[in-house]
Amino acid sequence: MTTDTMEVKSKEYSITYQPTAAIVTCKGSLSLNGTLEYEPMLNLLLQAADQQMQQLTLDLRELTFLNSSGINTFTKFVIQVRKRQNLQLSILGYEEISWQVKLLRNLQRLMPTLEIRMVAQTG
Amino acid sequence: MKILGNFISEIPTQTEYLQIGFSPSSIPLKQRWQTNGLSADFISEYLDVFFVGQQVVQGEKFTISSEINDAVKYVANELLENAMKFSAPDSEIPTRISFFLLDQQVIFHVVNAVTLDSADNLEVLIHAVLDSDPHELYLAKMEANAEESNGHSGLGFLSMICDYSARLGWKFESPPDSPFIIVTTMVCLDIT
Repeated sequence: MTTDTMEVKSKEYSITYQPTAAIVTCKGSLSLNGTLEYEPMLNLLLQAADQQMQQLTLDLRELTFLNSSGINTFTKFVIQVRKRQNLQLSILGYEEISWQVKLLRNLQRLMPTLEIRMVAQTG
Repeated sequence: MKILGNFISEIPTQTEYLQIGFSPSSIPLKQRWQTNGLSADFISEYLDVFFVGQQVVQGEKFTISSEINDAVKYVANELLENAMKFSAPDSEIPTRISFFLLDQQVIFHVVNAVTLDSADNLEVLIHAVLDSDPHELYLAKMEANAEESNGHSGLGFLSMICDYSARLGWKFESPPDSPFIIVTTMVCLDIT
């Protein structure tokens, strides 16, 4: 397993996978145009899930915006991970950011074993 | 003319509004796409400033919650994306997006010209949304999209309804001597 950090980024966003910490961090604003433009990000997420056999955390706290194609990318990822019964996926969001709360709840509907961790933004 | 869903034909004239217009063919889609976030941010900021102004004028305590701001930004961005993706590139009819501020709600109003095929596809999608439980359809679409690798997600309208309690309506018009259909999409959000 490679231990090098992998990243998909642009001026507006970054998706960073740190293998040793088993964490993918998403930052910035994601409003790409359709499935094709989201493919590199989905591939990075799936690669992380392939490498991590037991636990993977997805940190969305610093993600400021997500369009419907982005929602579609995360739902695809969660449905793929659902098939891998040994991998525990956790997703981290801020409890004050309503769209993050809604997204994480929707993802948990698709994958009841998903651990959602809503933390306070301040304090 | 055909009307589907929750469509308000007469928007009160004494309202504050913003309008953004563009020609579908004037600059490449990839370039124009970058303006979506800017326009959505602007609309959301405008809502804030307008209501802070109202509060001062009326001496009322009223602030826009971050949830409403998220909803306005999300809906504005989705409507701009749809208008850019689906407006007929050969049409000379400009695409217009208007944002109306009423007392208790905001209304988005998008007018664009689409091809007959696009209009047919949109109508099928609208009927699917209107004739089903949107929450069930939302999850069913997510599951179906996971099996397909390409195409449009079809989640935009459903997320507006399910995640932001938006009310949607559409008007389809066939202008004489035009190969295009004029579609008006309306999205209403309560802000109290």
